[in-house]
Amino acid sequence: METLLQQTVNGLVVGSVYALVALGYTMVYGILGLINFAHGDVLMIGALVALEAIRLIQLYAPDLGLIPTLLGGLGVSVIVCMALGYTIERTAYRRLRNAPRLAPLITAIGVSFLLQTLAMIIWGRNYHTFPQLVSTTPLEPVAGVFITPVQIAILVVSATLMVALLLLVNKTRLGRAMRATAENHKVASLMGVDTNKIIAATFIIGSALAAVAGVMFSSNYGIAHYAMGFMPGLKAFTAAVLGGIGNLGGAMLGGLLLGLVESIGAGYIEDMSFGFLNSSYQDIFAFVILGIVLIFRPTGLLGERVADRA
Amino acid sequence: MITLLEARGIGKRFGGLTALSDVSLTIRKGEIYGLIGPNGAGKTTFFNVLTGAYTAEQGEIVFNGTELPAGKPHLVVEAGIARTFQNIRLFREMTALENVMAGHHIRSRANPFAILLQTKHAKEEERLITERAFELLRYVGIERFADTVSKNLSYGDQRRLEIARALATEPQLLALDEPAAGMNATETGKLRELVQTIRHDGVTVLLIEHDVKLVMGLCDRLAVLDFGKKIAEDVPAMVQKNDAVISAYLGGGTHKAGAAA
Amino acid sequence: MNQLALAIPWLGKRNPAAARWVVIALALAAPLIAVLFGKTWVRILDFAMLYVMLAIGLNLVVGFAGLLDLGYIAFYAVGAYTFAFLASPHFDIHLPFWLVLPAGAGFAALAGIILGLPTLRLRGDYLAIVTLGFGEIVRIFLNNLNHPINITNGPQGINMVDPLVLFGWDISQGLQIGESFKINSLFLYYYVFLAFVVLSIILVQRLQISRIGRAWAAIRDDELAAKAIGINTRNMKLLAFSLGATFGGVSGGLFAAFQGFVSPESFSLMESIAVLTMIVFGGMGNLAGVIVGALALTALPEILRYVAVPVQQALFDRVILDPEVLRMLLLSLAMIFMMLLRPSGLIPAYSRYSRPELVVGKESSGEAAK
Repeated sequence: METLLQQTVNGLVVGSVYALVALGYTMVYGILGLINFAHGDVLMIGALVALEAIRLIQLYAPDLGLIPTLLGGLGVSVIVCMALGYTIERTAYRRLRNAPRLAPLITAIGVSFLLQTLAMIIWGRNYHTFPQLVSTTPLEPVAGVFITPVQIAILVVSATLMVALLLLVNKTRLGRAMRATAENHKVASLMGVDTNKIIAATFIIGSALAAVAGVMFSSNYGIAHYAMGFMPGLKAFTAAVLGGIGNLGGAMLGGLLLGLVESIGAGYIEDMSFGFLNSSYQDIFAFVILGIVLIFRPTGLLGERVADRA
Repeated sequence: MITLLEARGIGKRFGGLTALSDVSLTIRKGEIYGLIGPNGAGKTTFFNVLTGAYTAEQGEIVFNGTELPAGKPHLVVEAGIARTFQNIRLFREMTALENVMAGHHIRSRANPFAILLQTKHAKEEERLITERAFELLRYVGIERFADTVSKNLSYGDQRRLEIARALATEPQLLALDEPAAGMNATETGKLRELVQTIRHDGVTVLLIEHDVKLVMGLCDRLAVLDFGKKIAEDVPAMVQKNDAVISAYLGGGTHKAGAAA
Repeated sequence: MNQLALAIPWLGKRNPAAARWVVIALALAAPLIAVLFGKTWVRILDFAMLYVMLAIGLNLVVGFAGLLDLGYIAFYAVGAYTFAFLASPHFDIHLPFWLVLPAGAGFAALAGIILGLPTLRLRGDYLAIVTLGFGEIVRIFLNNLNHPINITNGPQGINMVDPLVLFGWDISQGLQIGESFKINSLFLYYYVFLAFVVLSIILVQRLQISRIGRAWAAIRDDELAAKAIGINTRNMKLLAFSLGATFGGVSGGLFAAFQGFVSPESFSLMESIAVLTMIVFGGMGNLAGVIVGALALTALPEILRYVAVPVQQALFDRVILDPEVLRMLLLSLAMIFMMLLRPSGLIPAYSRYSRPELVVGKESSGEAAK
């Protein structure tokens, strides 16, 4: 029972990181009908840029406290990623908006690998130790469950960001324009919405969330690496599909659910498969869920609208 | 007259919206049958149900004495119904000839092994397909463009090509979805001739049209849909006098009948 | 081979017959030219032939049928591991290659059907990500199925895979002619692979110009219209998927025999992407383009390896971009820029789906008759 509770907490923490990344996928997909393969790699760039910034801050301002240092790194990384997201949209995707359906998809894969290669050139192939500025030492167990301060921080920050995003999309002018563009580009632009700007804004917001997710991911596991974006990216996409792609609430729900299934599943996979499979198979949960959802309920849990583009 | 197709009580809903309710109609062998109605009357929905693109909630369609499989477009084609699209849908990277050859797919049999081994039968079938496709291009009058990639054809020729491709499936019923849309008077005149030739050669034609003048002049009988219901089915002269039809076209606030003619 | 002639743009159009002979001569003489630069280059050529086969197979799925498969390398893995299981000391089974290679092809085709059945009705972009997932699952299993029962030998892979033995002649031993002259096995493998490539080209062309090839092109160009002319799109996609997988399986088997060992490392996502880039680079759907793309993108990173590394050493006194990074950089840039600037590929050629000898000339005679 304690294992189950413990795995639930761990699952929620990982799940909220997935949810943040899934939001980026789902917003772009909702507006462009494009799977932005490079989104997971924006997360990776976010983590590595933050790492670099934190190193510099620690070098030149060693007296700055732990939290301000972390916030400084996070700020730099968010800004860099926003610029990166904008650049990717502007240079790689915008020209292909009306191209045959395979073209933007292939370009997106190219961008993803380009980012990984660039990261490999800048930061090398090695795993970097990510400074654990928020403590990863568990607090006093509550009901037998251990939770670390960094985990609490992840839960709080992601909840805050999700609420903020929902407010932005539902309560502001920008949000209304985003929804209109997602509904229909032509009509939106006829009504005076500058759709190019809205699409760029979507990429920028998504990339900012990915940067935060990257920093949280690395803070939790204590490492950063040029290929670290691939798995979370794929899983976050799965989460977006699970919740219903194009649906913000769905992405959040999907992320949390996927985190839970994965974490609880990993704890029991050995028993379930009579010792045949062990926890090194944890990564296949996401794929299996993705397959099942796409085959039996391609609209996802909360999705209603069957987008018939592409 | 022999009945070719009979639709019985077709009903189709989209969410809360009734697109078709209790539509029944009969198409006889060898006639040109028109289906008209104001925008949103359910013509295209009916068309999609007929050709298997949608599944209807109620009713059935009997074709040549057997019920049509619902929601399986390729089986509908196999049964003998071919269609064209309102917004022409050709295979754009293939030539005109190859488009028609692709239309022969369902009437040819060579399996992968025969093709990989290039058996005598497979070679012969390929030769026949090529020849028949040429014939069909000649039939619709565009054989000189046989080797032209279809996306480079003119609009009118693309329409003709689409009809040739549909004929390649050897249909008994050819269903044309607004074939005159976007055509000028000369092109429409040629189209009218083509449709008459096709009927003359033994293929029954179902015509969905906005161009009321074309329909009135060309069809033997026609049905009128309004708000998803059939409001008339008769010869053109009688339909023109039908009060329900007149009010549907004029009273509904649209003057489509006059404007389109 | 007609298509291959087009690979030489200028000559191909003006004098197809001459161009064809040039291509054939180049194909036959390639290892002899390569060896002038060192034996490594013959080995690179051998690998290039394997990539050509993979590219031909993937092109059948992506270029012909328009299905974006990002896990194609998994079929290569199935072929390679089947060969390794059935012809190595690992299970101490040593079946002859003419049994093992078809078995690998069959298993790959089966894997293609198993993956395709549930997923092929998905829209293009979903299919891409599901196949990507499939590729990763296969790799995860290959990496971990050494416990509790040792099936794949985990990350170490399987060693001492049997070489190709043709009619009792082990070609990895080379060919001894007379007392003093010996043809290295690298050359022999090249010609064996070349034979497989030529066979693949013939088979794929036969498929392309047939009711099946036209059905694939129809699905790729407009799936709804394809259904409306009676094409059973699901079966045709499944056929494309399993036939494409078969090519992957055969190349995988050849790879295992050639390399002598297999490990999960060879079947990473990067390899799937590399093969995809090759066909994008050369020109999706057209065979000549795909082959040129595969050759170019196998050779180019190697050329860079020999040029860029010494140049960097001379300029900066150290190697900043190692060859593997250069390869990734090249592939990802090729993919992005080809899509943005030249989406029809390096050799944009119109692909035929009908027999030219039955078509050409006919339309003009029709004109004359009018």
